[in-house]
Amino acid sequence: MGRYVVRRLLQMIPVFLGTTLLIFLMVYALPGDPVRGLFGDKGADPATLEAMRHKLGLDQPILVQYWEYMKGIVVHFDFGTQIASGRPVTDVLGDAFPVTLRLAGMAFVLEIVLGIGLGVWAGLRAGRLTDNAVLIFTLLIISIPVFVLGFIVKSVFAFQLDWISPNVSNDATWSELIAPAVVLGSLSLAYVARLTRTTMAENLRADYMRTAVAKGLPKRRIVGVHLMRNSLIPVITFLGTDLGALMGGAIVTEGLFNVKGVGGTIFESIVRREGTTLVGLVTVLVIVYLFMSLIVDLLYAVLDPRIRYA
Amino acid sequence: MPDATKTAPAPEDAEAPLVGPSVDVKAEKARSLWGDAWLELRRNWYFIISAALIVLLLVIAIVPSLFTSASPTVGDLAHHFLGKPELSKVGSPEWLGYDGQGRSVYARVIYGTRASVIVGISVTLLVTVFGGLIGMVAGYFGGWVDALLSGFTNIFLGLPFLLGAMVVLQAFTERTVLVVIFALAFLGWTQIARVTRGAVITVKQADFVQAARALGAGTNRILFRHILPNVLAPVIVVATISLGVYISAEATLSYLGLGLASPTVSWGMDISGGASQIRVAQHILIYPSIMLSITVLAFIMLGEAVRNALDPKTR
Amino acid sequence: MTTIDKTATVPSARSGDDHVGPLLEVRDLHVEFHTRDGVVKAVNGVNYSVDAGETLAVLGESGSGKSVTAQAIMGILDMPPGRIPQGEILFRGQDMLKMSAEERRNIRGRKIAMIFQDALSSLNPVLTVGYQLGEMFRVHQGLSKKDAKAKAIGLMDQVKIPAAAARISDYPHQFSGGMRQRIMIAMALALEPDLIIADEPTTALDVTVQAQVMDLLAELQREYNMGLILITHDLGVVADVADKIAVMYAGRIVETSPVHEIYKAPAHPYTKGLLASIPRLDQKGQELFAIKGLPPNLLHVPSGCAFNPRCTMAQDICRSDIPPLLPVTGTDGTELVGRHSACHFWKETLHG
Repeated sequence: MGRYVVRRLLQMIPVFLGTTLLIFLMVYALPGDPVRGLFGDKGADPATLEAMRHKLGLDQPILVQYWEYMKGIVVHFDFGTQIASGRPVTDVLGDAFPVTLRLAGMAFVLEIVLGIGLGVWAGLRAGRLTDNAVLIFTLLIISIPVFVLGFIVKSVFAFQLDWISPNVSNDATWSELIAPAVVLGSLSLAYVARLTRTTMAENLRADYMRTAVAKGLPKRRIVGVHLMRNSLIPVITFLGTDLGALMGGAIVTEGLFNVKGVGGTIFESIVRREGTTLVGLVTVLVIVYLFMSLIVDLLYAVLDPRIRYA
Repeated sequence: MPDATKTAPAPEDAEAPLVGPSVDVKAEKARSLWGDAWLELRRNWYFIISAALIVLLLVIAIVPSLFTSASPTVGDLAHHFLGKPELSKVGSPEWLGYDGQGRSVYARVIYGTRASVIVGISVTLLVTVFGGLIGMVAGYFGGWVDALLSGFTNIFLGLPFLLGAMVVLQAFTERTVLVVIFALAFLGWTQIARVTRGAVITVKQADFVQAARALGAGTNRILFRHILPNVLAPVIVVATISLGVYISAEATLSYLGLGLASPTVSWGMDISGGASQIRVAQHILIYPSIMLSITVLAFIMLGEAVRNALDPKTR
Repeated sequence: MTTIDKTATVPSARSGDDHVGPLLEVRDLHVEFHTRDGVVKAVNGVNYSVDAGETLAVLGESGSGKSVTAQAIMGILDMPPGRIPQGEILFRGQDMLKMSAEERRNIRGRKIAMIFQDALSSLNPVLTVGYQLGEMFRVHQGLSKKDAKAKAIGLMDQVKIPAAAARISDYPHQFSGGMRQRIMIAMALALEPDLIIADEPTTALDVTVQAQVMDLLAELQREYNMGLILITHDLGVVADVADKIAVMYAGRIVETSPVHEIYKAPAHPYTKGLLASIPRLDQKGQELFAIKGLPPNLLHVPSGCAFNPRCTMAQDICRSDIPPLLPVTGTDGTELVGRHSACHFWKETLHG
């Protein structure tokens, strides 16, 4: 198992380098100029711009810039400097990350509890009324875009019922984050419910389920032990890669509820063409994504004995 | 499963050497996967609803003028600024009210369909062809080809989809429908590539492909006559569902101000415009949202129905 | 319709049972499946019985209803789409179809156990065999995890799995096909049931392993004096272990007989065809006989005798009247004990 982990870690290196290079190329090779953006519409004299570019290393060939950047991360844990504020990207990240992590964590818990719960409920009643009701509910959730859902939640709970405040304060307390977490987690929740329902319905027909009945086991045990163990394997795979996706997908939700997290920072840096900040944030997200997929792989092997560490 | 199911006519049975002339084989319609799927689809209530909705949406997208006489882009600020909906006047320009520039919300909802449908269908076609090709080549040839292409796919998969599209779009000053299609397809092809690769690897090991190879069938023949038809089912399912997802993504990008721009009419843009007036004139936000959600729902329901029909295990 | 009579030498039922009569008796059982294409009549009035210590072999092609009957006895039919419109299944004189779900659950595994054809898919892939065996004791006898494990090792020893204690924590896919089938047998045996139903227990195995597994099953059956219903399409397997045979076709029993007599002189053209299609060394070089045609589609069972489209002896009456299962007699008119045939021309088949 130790050797497997090492091998997987080694395999992650090219993917990590590839993805960061891709975002680097997308940010810097595409038209648009972060330095010019600094001065707004007024513009600045070309000599100043040139000096600034040189200082930031933006006049170098892209691959050289990438090399320098990666060297900075690996050697000094330096993710670069935010051009607009002059602060290190690590500082910016340090401000934005905790709140997003909490938001994504809450959405994640919601997704697990409600998603699996609904899926199990529907799966055990496959083809019946409950199943169809859950199907319609999940399809509706999947179909309503996140920003529309956000407006629905805001107008109903903030404007009509006055239960929540429409915007999250700078403290971002747990209770304030409930509504954004519901909005952020809803789509994944619906996917988890569908996936759970599908795998359960499939496994209900498996031969070993028939054996479990023939053994005279009580229904609770048949479902709880024999069905669930097998059905949750693909669900856990999905969940594992989803935590990273939740953090990256918080752009819309954070904007809607005015949460000052990673999503907002990413959005700002895209609009302002803040390449360094953007690349730094995405690099962190890629690392989270890669580690979560490693954990999923390991978990998969633990849950399903047929998979070997090979 | 009970024995009885084994008597269901399987196509292989028809070739069994023991068929005697006295046996009534004709009474048993041998049904293919596709024939069976079609039969299942026709009985599925949500397929019927979604198919009807999609036909309607296509008609709206092609000839919007059939549904409203009002212009979506010309507004009358003096008379119609934030005009309230008059819900009894179904189909009239004032039906769903007016927006902040005095334009008919109903007309904008109708005319916004085209961009969404075009983006959804084009992106889906693009990613299906490109992703499908990558997945098929990777799955079929295996070895270093697979390692290379899978690595390439994984690199694109590591970037969050929406974020990548935003970065691409930000580079363009003129964000036309074509640009949005490109931005969404740029990162969207990975899912189809993975699904196709997995399906090809499974089918490749199937006995009938081994048999075809043993009989000396060439690469092209095996790929297109034997593997492609069997890979089609999972790919079609994923593609149909993702069509709805792309429409939703386009609206999200337009909402964020990074997607389509005027003069193109887009629901996402209208919803974004309505958001600033959410307390005074909710109708500007509500009706495009409803239309958008119904459109996405129609395609996702169609995908679900197709999945149900093509994958009997989930029934 | 008649039931299969007891053969002459039947060991007495185990103690603690005041019920007289067969251990299990199926009476006029009908099973149908409601599908999209119509009602599939899988079982149409089956009667048979098994005594303690006795082996009944149920023979037939796939789709003959042999497995469906067994599943109805076990209570593991998928209902819906399955339905039992008619019939009784008496276990020790009590109709199981009238019992509550809980009463039936208490019989399953404890009194009647089942061995399935494909042990790999029938064992749970993500649980160790020790867990799956021990589960029987934990659920039905309330044993602790530790005691259940000890019992599970004992069971594995009993079905002759080498190094049982070491392999108790292995998963099903880590065993060979024959060993897996032994685990299935061990699981069925765990609570020493009165009756075991084995649904094609050796079909998925290599020929050499088939014999070992069958011998083991027969040996354990003798040891515990259990009733055994052996479902198979393999006439070769039957000859060695069965006491009596019921041949099924299209959801009906078409012939019953004590085991040896059927080989000597079958009383139904279908049985005759089956026997003729077994390859024999003394007929080397000759063309092998095969029954023409396919098993009937149970949605549209042919009128009259279901076998008539494939039968070499079919006459007009075979296409109009369903032949009842009646006792057959020898050439001299004496009744042949335990022998019945559902053929209008049984005399010609048996004596012709």
